[in-house]
Amino acid sequence: MRFFKNAQFKFIELRRKAYVVSALALLVGVGAMVTNVITQGSWQNYGVDFTGGSLVEVRFETDVTAGDIRQALGGAQAPPITRFGQDRDYVIRAPLQEGVSIEQVAEELEVQLSAAFGAGTFTVVRTELVGATVGEELQQKAGLAILFSFLLTLIYIAIRFELRFGMAAIIATFHDMLVTLGFLALFRVEIALPTVAAILTILGYSLNDTIVVFDRIRENLNRKGARKRDPVELINASINETLPRTILTSTTTLAVLMALLVLGGAIIRDFTIVLILGVLIGTYSSIFVASPALLEIQKRMGDRKSKKDASTRESAAPAVPV
Amino acid sequence: MFKSVRSRIITIVLVLGVAGWQLYSNGLKLGLDLQGGMHVVLEVADPENTLTAEAKSDMIDRVDRVIRTRIDEFGVEEPLIQKVGDDRLIVELAGIDDEERAKSLIQESAFLEFKLVQPSGEVEQALPRIDRALVADLGADSLRALGRDVEGGGTTSGEDLEGLLFGGDSAESGDSATAETSDAGAEQAADSPAADSQAEEDESDLRPFSSLLNFGDIEGTFLVAVEDVPTATLLLDTDAVQRALPRDVALHWGAEVVGRGARNFRRLYVLTEDPFLTGEFLEDALAQRDPQFNQSVVQFELSRAGGRLFSRFSGQHVGDNLAIVLDEEVMSAPVIRDRIGARGQIEMGAGTPLEEARDLALVLRAGALPAQLNIIEERTVGPSLGQDSIDQGEMAGIVGLIIVLIIMIGYYRMAGVLAVGALAVYVVLVLGGLAGLNATLTVPGIAGLILSIGMAVDANVLIFERIREELDAGRATRSSVDEGFAHALSAIVDANLTTLITALILFQFGTGPVRGFAVTLSIGIVASFFSALFVTRSFFLIYLQGKKASDPISI
Repeated sequence: MRFFKNAQFKFIELRRKAYVVSALALLVGVGAMVTNVITQGSWQNYGVDFTGGSLVEVRFETDVTAGDIRQALGGAQAPPITRFGQDRDYVIRAPLQEGVSIEQVAEELEVQLSAAFGAGTFTVVRTELVGATVGEELQQKAGLAILFSFLLTLIYIAIRFELRFGMAAIIATFHDMLVTLGFLALFRVEIALPTVAAILTILGYSLNDTIVVFDRIRENLNRKGARKRDPVELINASINETLPRTILTSTTTLAVLMALLVLGGAIIRDFTIVLILGVLIGTYSSIFVASPALLEIQKRMGDRKSKKDASTRESAAPAVPV
Repeated sequence: MFKSVRSRIITIVLVLGVAGWQLYSNGLKLGLDLQGGMHVVLEVADPENTLTAEAKSDMIDRVDRVIRTRIDEFGVEEPLIQKVGDDRLIVELAGIDDEERAKSLIQESAFLEFKLVQPSGEVEQALPRIDRALVADLGADSLRALGRDVEGGGTTSGEDLEGLLFGGDSAESGDSATAETSDAGAEQAADSPAADSQAEEDESDLRPFSSLLNFGDIEGTFLVAVEDVPTATLLLDTDAVQRALPRDVALHWGAEVVGRGARNFRRLYVLTEDPFLTGEFLEDALAQRDPQFNQSVVQFELSRAGGRLFSRFSGQHVGDNLAIVLDEEVMSAPVIRDRIGARGQIEMGAGTPLEEARDLALVLRAGALPAQLNIIEERTVGPSLGQDSIDQGEMAGIVGLIIVLIIMIGYYRMAGVLAVGALAVYVVLVLGGLAGLNATLTVPGIAGLILSIGMAVDANVLIFERIREELDAGRATRSSVDEGFAHALSAIVDANLTTLITALILFQFGTGPVRGFAVTLSIGIVASFFSALFVTRSFFLIYLQGKKASDPISI
């Protein structure tokens, strides 16, 4: 069995359309973030892990499970619920909207629980204000860590490939991160700790994909006669040659994620959706963002160099530095 | 080195064995969401009620950071740490098997100080004054009763002593031995079977404190019999003694028990009151075994500023003893032989288990707690996910794996089977690595793991596609396989190394779960590297054995 053998798609010729798609996605995403800041006061919908909220301890008269309570409090949207001690005590960590007191939160929970289990089947033992479970340090440092990793990746690729490859890879990865964050902001997906892990995974996946394509471009550039080839044609050929691998890997990963999405239950649904989106964006960007970016950078940055090359070797075709 | 198929198989079996052993001996800990754990509520101790609400709140914030580092240094423990109200902290740990150790790790203050040992003469001169102050303050009779009880019973607890001294409400002895009821005290003294001679009794009345002290074996110390230590500690804490002690001097117990003849003693060190350096300047600490003295030591390194202070100070005090004080106890007091730079070590005493040194190194790295903490509530908590969610996650994981199997074998046939074998090795390696690091598995973590399998497939796909290309180009089977691996190498190396760089940066700059993510990612990368380039290759070599160079292969 073999898919996309000897494919001859003209990906690079489609780059202007891809730019429009990417620009639109970025525009909508950034727009959503700005709107969120204005209307909600925060660019993302941070979950109770990040914001803190209320802790309500409820004691039930009858046997109930954490699953039952989760169902009563809205299933997938329910706040974290923990059985507490050996008794029928449960702790619910509910978010706290601005201007709402913890008493109101407790009352709201009481109403929902009464509707599901009947009034008088439980008592609220205590309600307390609780802080974030994610340290502030994490939020501050995660951003810094990503920036530093971009920088080092750039340096590594510049050494192993060329500077422009590094720049193109960073542009693509940054693009992926921004589009994903935009998506999260647009649909107000709750940012919990697993979501952060998902975003980091996406960065890794996207970079991986990009490097595989770049590796082929590097190899083709090192072949005999590469200088005479049209860069557009060379990059297209490289993408097409790696296409079977790109498709197969993405398909396999997506298939696993689909299984998680359909069968994995409510708890990991958001996490899985973010990952699926990330795999799609990552695959798209290695073909339609990273590779064209490489070409554009070469056109702008390498112009002087290629002019010089052209004049000395009197070659009509734009040269590609090796 | 790996020329022969046999040496390859041996290597794979060895690596699998190590990973399998880690899995078997450590096991994989399940997270709070899957199996629950222990729930502890901590509060800043404030016995004298001197702290403002604001100060407490600020302290709890600092406690939060310190404890987070202590229990989750590598971010793989998945604890839940949460501030409650303004002055309490919830700490939840997944499936703890050694509760006491976990609690001490949370509560230990780990305050490290460096002080200079002073000549004992300074305190010796003050001893008569101290004794007089004690007699005046507490009354001779209560002190006599105390002396009896300690020497006779030997097992008197601190609480009983306190009752004896200050007339607290300790049940048995409280009423009979307070300063006011001197008759009862004398009676008890006479009843005591182990009563000493009258002469000694009188002497100890006159010298309640100094009678407990013996000349030290090292300059700047006294020796106190182990059984007298509780009494001496209690007396030391009294206002009378604190007032009578020379200024700028503090007395600290040595941690070590020293045997002199048939009796055991502890040293009481005379130290400067103010430390010249504290643990704030500590940069790193590492537990190590010192085989020469069969003891565990913690080696520490100071920051550059701390190192400068340390070096200048030690240069000025060559020949003096330097006391390393941890939580008020002197861990060791080596002689300063030369200017000391930024490194030093804390000796834990003979026979201390390495684990204790590791815990100490960890709490030192995390920094000292700004306050004493009380545990005000302790419970077990159940898994935060219902069984239904756990079952769903399991089902999804199994189906996901089967999908990978079907795609790989369906698309690559025999080569796919080889890849699946290599992936199985990958899974054991990753799980073994996680177990070795004591990582805690949560549902999102498991989902991430399944995804990482999907990505580990990628390396195999790269190789197989290359082999197919080589075969298409008309190469012979065996050289196609060799070329395929060779050509795929650069892509695999570069892709994995870039991701590894990202992981290292995230580990260096991230905290908590971001670090944990970096750790698991790194394990995954190394394992996938080995699995694709070594294991798949080896399986291919086995598959190609006995085939002629030009025989077709199933790929």
